[in-house]
Amino acid sequence: MTATLSATQTCLSLEDVSIRYWNNEAVRGVHLGVPRHKVTAFIGPSGCGKSTVLRCLNRMNDLIEGCTLSGRVVFDGQDLYAKTVDPVEVRRRIGMVFQKPNPFPKSIYDNIAFGARINGYTGDMDELVERSLRKAALWDETKDKLSESGYALSGGQQQRLCIARTIAIDPEVILMDEPCSALDPISTLKIEEMIHELKNSYTIVIVTHNMQQAVRVSDMTGFFNVNTFSDRDTKVGCLEEFADTQTIFNSPQQKATQDYVSGRFG
Amino acid sequence: MKAPPAGDLFALRRRPPQEKMADQGFRWMTIVLASLVGLVLAGILLTVLMGSREAMGRFGFQFLVLSDWDPVGDTYGAFTAIYGTIVSSVLALLIAVPLGVGTAIFITENLIPARIRQVLGLMVELLAAIPSVVLGLWAIFVMEPFLRPFLELLHTSLGWMPFFSTVPQGPGMAPAILILVVMVLPIITAIARDSLQQVPTELRQAAYGIGTTRWEAILQVILPAAVSGITGGVMLALGRAMGETMAVTMIIGNSNNFTLSLLAPGNTIASMLANQFGEADGFQVSALMYAALVLMLLTLVVNVLAQWIVRRLSLKYA
Amino acid sequence: MAFVPSAVVSHPTSLRFQASLPRNRWNALLTAVAAVFSAIAVLPLVLVLGYVLFKGGSLISATLLTELPPPPGLEGGGIGNAILGTIVVTLVASLIAIPVGVGGGVYLAEYSRSGWFAQFVRFGTNVLSGVPSIICGVFIYGLIVSTRLFFGQSYSAMAGGVALSVLMLPTVIKTTDEALKLVPQELRLGAMGLGASQFVTITRITLPTAFTPIATGVVLGIARAAGETAPLIFTALFSPFWPEGLFNPIATMSVLIFNFAIMPYEAQNALAWAASFVLVLMILLANLFARWVARFTRV
Repeated sequence: MTATLSATQTCLSLEDVSIRYWNNEAVRGVHLGVPRHKVTAFIGPSGCGKSTVLRCLNRMNDLIEGCTLSGRVVFDGQDLYAKTVDPVEVRRRIGMVFQKPNPFPKSIYDNIAFGARINGYTGDMDELVERSLRKAALWDETKDKLSESGYALSGGQQQRLCIARTIAIDPEVILMDEPCSALDPISTLKIEEMIHELKNSYTIVIVTHNMQQAVRVSDMTGFFNVNTFSDRDTKVGCLEEFADTQTIFNSPQQKATQDYVSGRFG
Repeated sequence: MKAPPAGDLFALRRRPPQEKMADQGFRWMTIVLASLVGLVLAGILLTVLMGSREAMGRFGFQFLVLSDWDPVGDTYGAFTAIYGTIVSSVLALLIAVPLGVGTAIFITENLIPARIRQVLGLMVELLAAIPSVVLGLWAIFVMEPFLRPFLELLHTSLGWMPFFSTVPQGPGMAPAILILVVMVLPIITAIARDSLQQVPTELRQAAYGIGTTRWEAILQVILPAAVSGITGGVMLALGRAMGETMAVTMIIGNSNNFTLSLLAPGNTIASMLANQFGEADGFQVSALMYAALVLMLLTLVVNVLAQWIVRRLSLKYA
Repeated sequence: MAFVPSAVVSHPTSLRFQASLPRNRWNALLTAVAAVFSAIAVLPLVLVLGYVLFKGGSLISATLLTELPPPPGLEGGGIGNAILGTIVVTLVASLIAIPVGVGGGVYLAEYSRSGWFAQFVRFGTNVLSGVPSIICGVFIYGLIVSTRLFFGQSYSAMAGGVALSVLMLPTVIKTTDEALKLVPQELRLGAMGLGASQFVTITRITLPTAFTPIATGVVLGIARAAGETAPLIFTALFSPFWPEGLFNPIATMSVLIFNFAIMPYEAQNALAWAASFVLVLMILLANLFARWVARFTRV
């Protein structure tokens, strides 16, 4: 296990990250290293701040009024929250897939071409669209109706379109915020298979409320929990344990993790 | 650490400065465009204030209570016009509110089939789209001649009252009030309808559930729940009626001689401006600007009050 | 046993509807009152439309639409210059009010939903929409006409257009603000998550998504402005001739109706009716068109 860890590099690391909305502390003191070309899952009860931590990895939290972060998020040797960093550039290298499928009100083709165009894609667009849809296992279903609206697809297909759209900009990291929570089991399965394929080329961080899903897709798992601190009366999320997925589910070090993965709460 | 894939096909992975400038430039452009609203408002206030300074200096507050409007002798008092503005709009609302609220109830409370309700609603909205000047034209040539016998009857039977003490001779306050009713009716109906539709379904069902008839529910449960929204709408309509210009100008007679009679010609601030501003010069312009300032303040107070009432409503239902 | 049905039939307080009960009488009466009120409310529309269509429609001819109005007291002629003038002035107003209003609306909905400046702009928009249209005229008279701002010209088509644009501005801002607020937040996040700047997100995703409701509101605003008279009578003034550029006085249908309605000549009165017909037709068609377009709103 140590051998595998040293062979992989850390892609994103969080150093003492705390996030607050106005005066409410949402997450406190997260230390975490996301390994490159692996799938890292965040699990935990609702309200534990796992989505908040995910969104801070590509500065999506900037779009929420009153959200501030302390600590460091290091990517590619740089603190993402340094003053000189352009959040838009961050998002061009760290893409995101959301909980609810959100295709643009455009054709399937343009849904994919949109992101590539704004990232200044200079290659063959038709080829890129096909390649992205193939990677998202959507090509066969859509190759004859690329000019139809993205809304014409089913929920599962829409979500795969959103993943294809993210793949098309070829980011280094893909963040997924409960990507299957709105989908049926078959679509979920397809997306999980896709994640296995994708980790060869991308680093993936996925938030899931489904523990089986974490076991199935992830290499590393972070368990977030809600704690009360003596200096606050509100509950604050924090990272309880971060380790190999096998370790988290089979021999966790923390009692809370043990309780959670064995279904005793949450 | 792996360097960013610089040689890849995405030329804009790093944002060029032009792109950042476009982003910031667009943001600043919208800020500037948004602030134009404030600029225009300030401009209006400033123009009217500066223009009226001279008249304000000469007449002060006496301008508001004197009814002497004499361009030849160069003395001005706007009482007739201010009185006309307030009386015409308040009386118009007294007629229009029951009509408008009644219509709104008729088209929201499914007393009639949905199809007819939709058509009625559409017609009221289209009425709002007819230009004021066309209503004025209609008032001059159709409504006023048709009304004259009724107004004469009013004079002969109730002539002892100061309000009907003059012989109707065509244009006058009464037809102006009626055309104002036509103009504010769509506003009141539209807002009353929106307020009624906002009343929660549960409230209706609760009322019907304890065995009220439809009208008992409407009068004792639904209307009271919608009352603040309707009041806000009435205030907005009052502001509109005070500032309404063309139709009133064409039918009110434009007389600055003060009289209590509604059958005689009168004036409102707006109609006085429409009539005289184009040809006025010298000191008269300043006096007209002063009148415009009074009108602006009147509508401002009414509108801010209306907004305040509406905001209180929206808090209640939030 | 026959006990149960007979008891129901003969029971004095059966559930049968009794129209003679006081509460049912009241119900019927109030419904009748509401019906009468509604009838009174739509009566003016029917009457005004009827008169405008008959009195104005019967006068419509090719010469009427293409010729200049006759000098006071003479017969014949048309309203061609006023039709053209209304189009010109409304176009000028739209060209000013649409970019400014959409820009302002974008600021309110996309950049600052609840900041103090946005609150101020929203309040200002509401106040501006309540300012009487004649005051807009007075403002532009003081700002442009009396100062001869445009090339030393006093009354001009341009001044009239600017006055109308002040009137349209709040409508366009509110429409844009509200339409953009209906765009789901997920679409914005989706675009941002791909590395789109806010500029690109707004111009390529949110504004196109909100296009239909914005267009509907703008068309209604233009229709309203086309019929406005008060801001024009001492800014654009009137002209018996064909339009001579943007910086000279110009005839418009609304001012023509006003001027000709109060003239003591029947020929001029008739032209006022004809102009009303054209104006009302244009406005009603624009309204119906906007309503029809609004059905295709996707959001």
